Amino acid sequence: MASSDWNILDFEKPIMELDAQIAEIKRLTIERGEDRSADIEILEKDRDRLLNEIFTNLTAWDRVLLARHPRRPYTLDYVRVMFDDFTDLHGDRLFADDHAMVGGIATLEGRQVMWVGQQKGRNLKERQYRNFGSAKPEGYRKAMRLMHLAEKFGKPIICLVDTPAADCSVGAEERGISEAIARNLMEMSTLKTPVICVVLGEGGSGGALGIAVANKVIMLEHSIYSVIPPESCAAILWRDPTKHKEMAEALKISAKDALRLGIIDEIIPEPAGGAHRNVDLAARYVKDAILKYLDELDKLTPDELAAQRYDKFRNMGVFVDSAKKAKKKKTEE
Amino acid sequence: MAPAPWFGLKGKAARKTARQSIDALPDGLWTKCPKCNEILFNKELEKNLRVCNKCGYHYRLRASERLAITIDDGTFVEFDAHLAPANPLDFPDYDISIKKDRLKSGLEDAIVTGAGEMGDHKVVIGVADFAFRGGSMGGVVGEKIVRAMEYAIANNLPVIMFTTSGGARMQEGILSLMQMAKTAAACAKVHEAGLPYIVVFADPTTAGVHASYASLGDFIFAEPGALVGFAGARVAQQAGLIHRPDNFQTSEFQLEHGMIDRIVPRREMKSTLIKILDFCAKEDASDGV
Repeated sequence: MASSDWNILDFEKPIMELDAQIAEIKRLTIERGEDRSADIEILEKDRDRLLNEIFTNLTAWDRVLLARHPRRPYTLDYVRVMFDDFTDLHGDRLFADDHAMVGGIATLEGRQVMWVGQQKGRNLKERQYRNFGSAKPEGYRKAMRLMHLAEKFGKPIICLVDTPAADCSVGAEERGISEAIARNLMEMSTLKTPVICVVLGEGGSGGALGIAVANKVIMLEHSIYSVIPPESCAAILWRDPTKHKEMAEALKISAKDALRLGIIDEIIPEPAGGAHRNVDLAARYVKDAILKYLDELDKLTPDELAAQRYDKFRNMGVFVDSAKKAKKKKTEE
Repeated sequence: MAPAPWFGLKGKAARKTARQSIDALPDGLWTKCPKCNEILFNKELEKNLRVCNKCGYHYRLRASERLAITIDDGTFVEFDAHLAPANPLDFPDYDISIKKDRLKSGLEDAIVTGAGEMGDHKVVIGVADFAFRGGSMGGVVGEKIVRAMEYAIANNLPVIMFTTSGGARMQEGILSLMQMAKTAAACAKVHEAGLPYIVVFADPTTAGVHASYASLGDFIFAEPGALVGFAGARVAQQAGLIHRPDNFQTSEFQLEHGMIDRIVPRREMKSTLIKILDFCAKEDASDGV
């Protein structure tokens, strides 16, 4: 990651330097009363050009770093900006309240919605409290409980995904992490209410999918969605965890890849330089997309919503029908 | 006779060499149990359904072997044998791996599905095969499972799944992750139709398979000593999971924590499944079929 300040990625450094220069000139402008708006304009143009240049040439691994950026807005940052008001609800009624999975009711432009999502922590203490955004079985069961409540009262569900993976501790295994995720996948597929999922940062494997069986799945521009972290995959398949960069390319984990493979419906653009450079703007983009899809899904009946969601996932996956291929060859001859 | 190549070796090295020597001599007369080191005559081992008669170690079975001891002779009809994997990500070397595994296993992918009879019952069955890409679930496996379940629903038949898989097929990336949602959603349809869905965990059942269709059975059984859990061994190792109980992620661990109904030894598996099918059969429909 970054060398000196771990809050800044290596490829962000030239941008941060220009940012610092701009800030310094602005400070001097105020202190000394000089008008240096021309200098500022030039520097800002330079910075924007540099931003554009860097961000159009991102490697797959750069995107992994951006998705895991320590300053990237997390689920509750979006919740606070997007919703008119919200009330978080807790617990799975079975074992505990999982701090890595948050959720509750909210109003979105006057519409009542249920929301769930994984939550990461900003500093060491918070990170531990949130278990690095890795939910345990009780987290998935809490999310499902809230989703069933939404279904019961006819409210749409917004799922906000940002997790490296589900928790794989001994305790999680003891309480059936696999069962909890599997049940969510199954029960989400039958929900008779609109479900919209936004991948905000890391879409980490089954841990992400456990709240992502939605009618519409959208991804932020620099988020990732992967079956396995590239480091683990490199360690397993190539027996070499240092080949994580090559593996990030091979696994096709960017939003663009997901769109091309038919996994998601849309990519939400991020503010220049990534969501962390303008959280309010990023949240507004996400909110606009959610509102658009809520309007679209309003047109479907409860049964149609479940059917659309089932068909969407039913049709995912690529294979070759060799019998058909052979037949085709024959007719061609 | 020269000493066996593993002679004098201990532990893992011995097991590895023993396995290699068996691979090299498919017509060999005997095999050494990897758990208790007992020397087993292959004929005896076959007769004992590939279970060590000293310590009860269950060898992995090929899908064909499993079908032979589960489905009544001559009744199995295979579904979708012509479905083969694509390489949707252009993943490096995936095509080569597929070719190799096809030659090695004689299969197009890691699961065999179909319909057959078990006593009085006609069933839809899926059996994963570890010999093809570690039994992993990609586009073909997901599609075959869903098609089998759809067939069961259309024909009002119970579904039995034998799972043997390391998880999702990494080389198919995000598309293989989606097979978890796809198969789990199909399970919902099986349940909605009121049909019995029985799952048997064989060694290993982990990760994306354990966290999808495998964990959604009305009844879940496991063979003794199978590796069963969410995080695959190497993923857990990557995640730095150090302190774990001795029986962590085994059938026995899952039983203790309430995640499975029973551990069933291989010899009792078919009769147990038939008992469950008898129990599930609707009174008015139990007239012979």
